[in-house]
Amino acid sequence: MKIPLSWLKDYININLGLEDLARTMTMVGLEVEEIHVVGLPKPEGQGRQEFKITGLAWDPEKFVVGQINEVNPHPDADRLVLCQLDDGSGEITVLTGAPNLFEYKGKGRLEKPLKVAYAKEGAILYDGHKPGYELTKLKRTKIRGVESFSMVCSEKELGISDEHEGILILDADAPTGKPLADYMGDAVFEVSILPNMIRDACMIGVARELSAVTGEPLKMPQRSVAVTGPAIEGKASIQITDSTLNPRFVLGLLEDVKPQESPYWVQRRLRLAGMRPINTIVDATNYVMLETGQPLHAFDYDVLKERADGKAPTIITRAARDGEKLMTLDDIERTLDTNAILVTDTAGPLSLAGVMGGLESEVTSKTKNVLLEGANWNFINVRRTTTALHLNSEAGYRFARAIHPELASWGVELGLDRMAAWGGGQIAKGLVDEYPAPVNDPVISISEDEVTRKLGISLTAAQISEILSRLEFTCTIDGSTVSAKTPPHRMDIGTGVIGKADLIEEIARIYNYDNIPETRLAAELPSQRNNPQLELEERVKDLMVAMGFQEVITYRLTSPEREARILPDGEDNTEKTYVSLANPIAPERSVMRQNLLSSVLEILERNVRLDERLAIFEIGSIFLPVEGQALPEESNRLAITMSGKRFNFAWDLPESGELDFYDLKGVLENLLNHLQVKDYTFKPVSHPSYHPGKSAEVILDGQSVATFGELHPRVKQQYDFLEPAVLVAEVDLPVLLSLVPLSFAITPVSVFPPVLEDIAVVVDEAVNADQLEALIRQTGGKLLADVQLFDVFRSAQIGEGKKSMAYSLTYQAQDHTLTAEESTTLRNKIIKRLERELGAKLRS
Amino acid sequence: MVEKTNILEELERIKMDALSALAQVQDEEALQTWRRAYLGKSAPVMQVFSNIGEVPKELRRDVGQGANQVKQVLESALEERAAYVREAALQHKLTSEKIDVTLPGRKPISGGLHPQTKVLRRIFQIFAEMGFQVYRSREVESDEYNFELLNIPAYHPARDMWDTFHINQPGVVLRTHTSPGQIHVMRELAPNPVRAILPGMCYRYEQISARSEIQFNQVEVVAVGKNITFGDMKGTLNGFVRRLFNRDVHTRLRPSYFPFTEPSAEMDVECFVCGGKGCSVCKGSGWLEILGCGMVHPTVLKNGGYDPEVYSGFAAGMGPERISMLLHRIEDIRYFWGNDVRFRSQF
Ligand SMILES: [Zn+2]
Repeated sequence: MKIPLSWLKDYININLGLEDLARTMTMVGLEVEEIHVVGLPKPEGQGRQEFKITGLAWDPEKFVVGQINEVNPHPDADRLVLCQLDDGSGEITVLTGAPNLFEYKGKGRLEKPLKVAYAKEGAILYDGHKPGYELTKLKRTKIRGVESFSMVCSEKELGISDEHEGILILDADAPTGKPLADYMGDAVFEVSILPNMIRDACMIGVARELSAVTGEPLKMPQRSVAVTGPAIEGKASIQITDSTLNPRFVLGLLEDVKPQESPYWVQRRLRLAGMRPINTIVDATNYVMLETGQPLHAFDYDVLKERADGKAPTIITRAARDGEKLMTLDDIERTLDTNAILVTDTAGPLSLAGVMGGLESEVTSKTKNVLLEGANWNFINVRRTTTALHLNSEAGYRFARAIHPELASWGVELGLDRMAAWGGGQIAKGLVDEYPAPVNDPVISISEDEVTRKLGISLTAAQISEILSRLEFTCTIDGSTVSAKTPPHRMDIGTGVIGKADLIEEIARIYNYDNIPETRLAAELPSQRNNPQLELEERVKDLMVAMGFQEVITYRLTSPEREARILPDGEDNTEKTYVSLANPIAPERSVMRQNLLSSVLEILERNVRLDERLAIFEIGSIFLPVEGQALPEESNRLAITMSGKRFNFAWDLPESGELDFYDLKGVLENLLNHLQVKDYTFKPVSHPSYHPGKSAEVILDGQSVATFGELHPRVKQQYDFLEPAVLVAEVDLPVLLSLVPLSFAITPVSVFPPVLEDIAVVVDEAVNADQLEALIRQTGGKLLADVQLFDVFRSAQIGEGKKSMAYSLTYQAQDHTLTAEESTTLRNKIIKRLERELGAKLRS
Repeated sequence: MVEKTNILEELERIKMDALSALAQVQDEEALQTWRRAYLGKSAPVMQVFSNIGEVPKELRRDVGQGANQVKQVLESALEERAAYVREAALQHKLTSEKIDVTLPGRKPISGGLHPQTKVLRRIFQIFAEMGFQVYRSREVESDEYNFELLNIPAYHPARDMWDTFHINQPGVVLRTHTSPGQIHVMRELAPNPVRAILPGMCYRYEQISARSEIQFNQVEVVAVGKNITFGDMKGTLNGFVRRLFNRDVHTRLRPSYFPFTEPSAEMDVECFVCGGKGCSVCKGSGWLEILGCGMVHPTVLKNGGYDPEVYSGFAAGMGPERISMLLHRIEDIRYFWGNDVRFRSQF
């Protein structure tokens, strides 16, 4: 909402600077997003500029009201004229090419001199010939042999609007020689209107809020034209078919009008407020809407009469029929649904109620008699209609947020008055006013205690009443309770406990939030609980980071095609049921992801050329639709990927080799160990994304908690990866974390010396490492403190299909120093067991 | 006939020879050679011991004593010289082993948390100390929880405040804020008091640009109990903001509107970069918008299972990405989910 300062001042005295005013507005809930200066000096900020300030200040020395007394032809150029202009200090010749002066060319001294905005040499203004707003400085120059050092300005050059067709002609009473900034310098406040403050989407609304906080009285507009016409009675009637759709409908009549250009000050105000001036009739409807917040609609009365076969027209309001059509005044045929409300007459639809008028009955420059509508509409229906039709209008914006029906008659009266004042005509006596559903303005009782309980400040009933009265609530005090009746211009106050909350907000707002002292929470502390799932996830993150992994967080929105990349040859994935968006912003972000592998692989792909060693992980949700259930299952996964060099590059070290399956396996083992998860096993797994020979799953408590491996070469192909193997793992976090013990016991550290020894055995290839180790550990029992595989070796000497596995064993007792005999016995026991159960042979 | 004096002179000569040879010794190797030559089995002084049988009986005692003395002198001289040699060797080593300390160090492998995990942890920690605990809820939500129960009925003007992603399933949306968690946590705890932090991913239908994301974190704070006031909200949030930005920053509350709170406010923090003087981070205003807050709306209390005549509470919502962007002067919000290593490695 654009609020021109000069307009606002019609309704309230303002003695604040631009920034102070903007701050006052902001602190009452009318957030100022920008101050756009149109002539007034810009506030001087010392470094700090609290508000965005744009626009052009008019130097009072350089811009004055000029008076053109004579317009003469240029000796050498048809498209230029020479004006005799009085700038207050004498007459000078000014060159211009403004087409709107041509009609005065060669007419001698003008009977009615033209008032214009005159800029002197050195003035800084916008270049009218360049697109956008580019500043330029007026310099002395010669145009076609005539010296030129000053100019008469267009609205664009002054920053009022983008109008540059001709020069700006001021109202005839503009004082010649007066600095232009003093005459019509202005500033426009761009205010963001909160959804519950639609009552302030108008000049009076803003003025009313300012009045409440500054104490300056509100000056309401008065009618200026006497009502002299015959009564409206019998000239039009109204039929409201559903009062919930249309609580009120008011008509007024203005006869013998001559639509014309509105006075310049009206046009300027409309332009500054963001609307285009048309003629006195349309301008008056817009002006009153911006002034009071009540949208109006003007019909050509004679068109309506003709449609009624010369009889007095009957306006009928009703819900639209499904598929009913109407040509709106923007020349577009609209197809309606039953949510739309129509204003019709006996011949059919006239306008789309509360949103936009129809083309046929629109006022034109030829209109002689105007029937003016001020109505009130159900906000939900208007809202549904503007949404369905994607039709934004000033009226629709306001009605969709609920306007008080009380404003309708006042709006019509003011509208008729403005039309008559600017364009003549006779205002018919009286209004046709159908008001079947008056609003019951809520009366709310609120006590001192209730205010204290919610705000933490102590106000007396008298203080509460005083604050609310400033906002035009009608208050009565009964002991410590205030009873407040809502003023008839706002629809945002509820009843009962909600109404109390609404009032408390109003009290706090006017009292000023900043004046409410801060206190510390003294209310009862809830019983403290922890969030085990979150805490464990954070522990997993810390463990991953400790192992050198970078955490990533990625988009949960993806597409089936993107997820299909983790399958060989990008198998069709689109059959899968996804949680899919009805209104995606793009096809590649159309569904919620079902795996995290895709997420981390995409990040790896993006970074693969930026670092020669990459190790990343993500913890996040996947979304699995559940049959017969509206909401999906949301379950967290841990995904890990790593690729590239095993160690970081250093200038004097040899290449470290590349990360492979066992690096990732080590990471998982370490993770599980640090989570104190015991007795997990690794099993080869068949998974389409992984290399069939280099992939495994982790089995814990009989459940698969993770799969991992080297990315299948055919999957790898689908990404822009480099030569090194890509290793990936996906961990089912809820399952894994459910198996993490709440506490664990440590093994005491023995004070007795360990006995270390190495053994190497030859076994068949078919014997897996975990079988061997398990058997060694089982046989060694408590005395075998540690087992480390340190070599796997194959050779012709060992034999085809055989391998040598070398272990270093640590024997240690908690309670004594092991004797040589004890360790030898243990060693022999282990070797015998390996020979017997796995066919192992000790390698000498 | 062996003369006593001759033997003693011989010993003296052996000693002098050995000491003068020792004086020439400069390194460990020469030291060992000297030891073998002058204290080894075949060394002259040792020969005196082995040949003692050939010495006349009456002289044996004196010769033995003399040889012993020489041996002792040589041994202690050796020890002394050895210490000298070692010290000289160390000095030499220290002066010769000089490296270029400006050559680059070897980079250890180091992991790191995502900046948003760090910010969230910081927020959790500050609120945890005030008794607020983390409560998470789902991202794919029902319209009922995301809107209706939060006092945002269909076609309410406030619905304009959220550009919503709808799911191909009637009445299901991607949550536009973490506020549905308010209802979840209240319904779980009513009528007991609530102090909770609701973090998580939210979604908004927008075009992705440097300033806007379709997916973003939000953290909501909610307290419900008896006699919780607007002043308590100010105190709690001011305390949080002061701790987050590590200084005595000024804040201000501006009236605002949210359907689920009343009164509602936006909290601005005095710019921590310029101290309120005006800079590029605060766009000259000296203020930074940091969170929205308000007293829990009676309708929401009721929907959560609390009688609004008895209970009250406050709620606040903030954007952790915005906080990070301010703290680290990040100009482009797309950096967060882009995860470029050149961005990530700076944290
Ligand atoms: Zn700043």
